Amino acid sequence: MSAALSEIKFSIYRYNPEKDQKPYMQEMSLSVEPGKDLMVLGALKQLKEIDETLTFRHSCGEGVCGSDAVNVNGKNRLCCITPVSELTQPIVLRPIPSLPVIRDLVVDMTPFYQQYEKVDPYLINDTPVPATERLQSPSDRAKLDGLYECILCACCTTACPSYWWNPDKFLGPAALLQASRFISDSRDTAKNERLTKLEDAYSLYRCRGIMNCADVCPKGLNPTQAIAHIRTELLREGV
Amino acid sequence: MVKSVLTFGQNGLSDWLWQRVSAVILALYTIFLLGYILCHPGLDFAVWQTLYAHPAMRLFTLFALLSLLIHSWIGIWTVLTDYIKYVYLRLFLEIALVLALAIYFVWGIQILWSV
Ligand code: SF4
Ligand code: SF4
Ligand code: FES
Repeated sequence: MSAALSEIKFSIYRYNPEKDQKPYMQEMSLSVEPGKDLMVLGALKQLKEIDETLTFRHSCGEGVCGSDAVNVNGKNRLCCITPVSELTQPIVLRPIPSLPVIRDLVVDMTPFYQQYEKVDPYLINDTPVPATERLQSPSDRAKLDGLYECILCACCTTACPSYWWNPDKFLGPAALLQASRFISDSRDTAKNERLTKLEDAYSLYRCRGIMNCADVCPKGLNPTQAIAHIRTELLREGV
Repeated sequence: MVKSVLTFGQNGLSDWLWQRVSAVILALYTIFLLGYILCHPGLDFAVWQTLYAHPAMRLFTLFALLSLLIHSWIGIWTVLTDYIKYVYLRLFLEIALVLALAIYFVWGIQILWSV
């Protein structure tokens, strides 16, 4: 079998702020048995055995935790559910854009979470707590479909040009999808306050409908649509 | 909530709405003018003047001018705030923008009423 190994080529962004003056791309390659496929995350783990300083983040390994978003051949994706066979080589791996790089493929998610925090991502309801639970009709519950599944991987927000230009003022698709999730929740009583917080020229309205967000979301969600929904609600309240 | 001083409508919702309303008016005006030119092959000054002397056309043109002012104000303001990060340069450009648009608008009206 030794003769038939096939080679996968990678070009990987490397940056260790403690050592490196500036980031550089490192060429690496991996030998695998022909006909055998693996995920980019699996490949990264094997590459780490070759060079143990290679740094990346991961946890669940099956697309549910959102910790391994990486820019793969120019598109933000989750390494753990991206098969190597789908990609053209050399496979170029870079950290997701616009967030500060901690090391190699690991970024500091703080600015992303700060925008998330601004939409008060929790249920607000000041009415007396019922004895059992706050019930929802099946149709009200269905309104949360396509919104609650977000895993906060930041693929969308860091692919959005409006977020790149105004990362402190524009909330970004992920945070706005969550805003929509709570605005749409029949048990939430803070709808008007939530809408009022979004009516300025930046927080929501910097979205230009480019749809990069919907294009990259690994969970198949559509933040553009969620944003359009909030805009409709704002219009209904505002005119 | 982010405060913006030199926006047209003072908030995102009204800017968004005005941007759309003005776009529709400008589109209608453009289509009308194109149609008019196509329907009048030998267009001369007299025909042109009769068109613009009509009160309805003046009103329509006035709305189109107003839409142009609003539309470019909102649009260019957005582009400036996206790309110009140096505050004083941005302030200067925003003020220059508003003044230039105001001048064009008044100038346009002047031309319209001198027909
Ligand atoms: S649709 Fe809006 S939020 Fe999504 S990428 Fe485009 S500008 Fe960003
Ligand atoms: S909307 Fe999709 S891409 Fe954006 S953070 Fe949520 S799961 Fe990730
Ligand atoms: S490791 Fe959890 S989503 Fe990829």
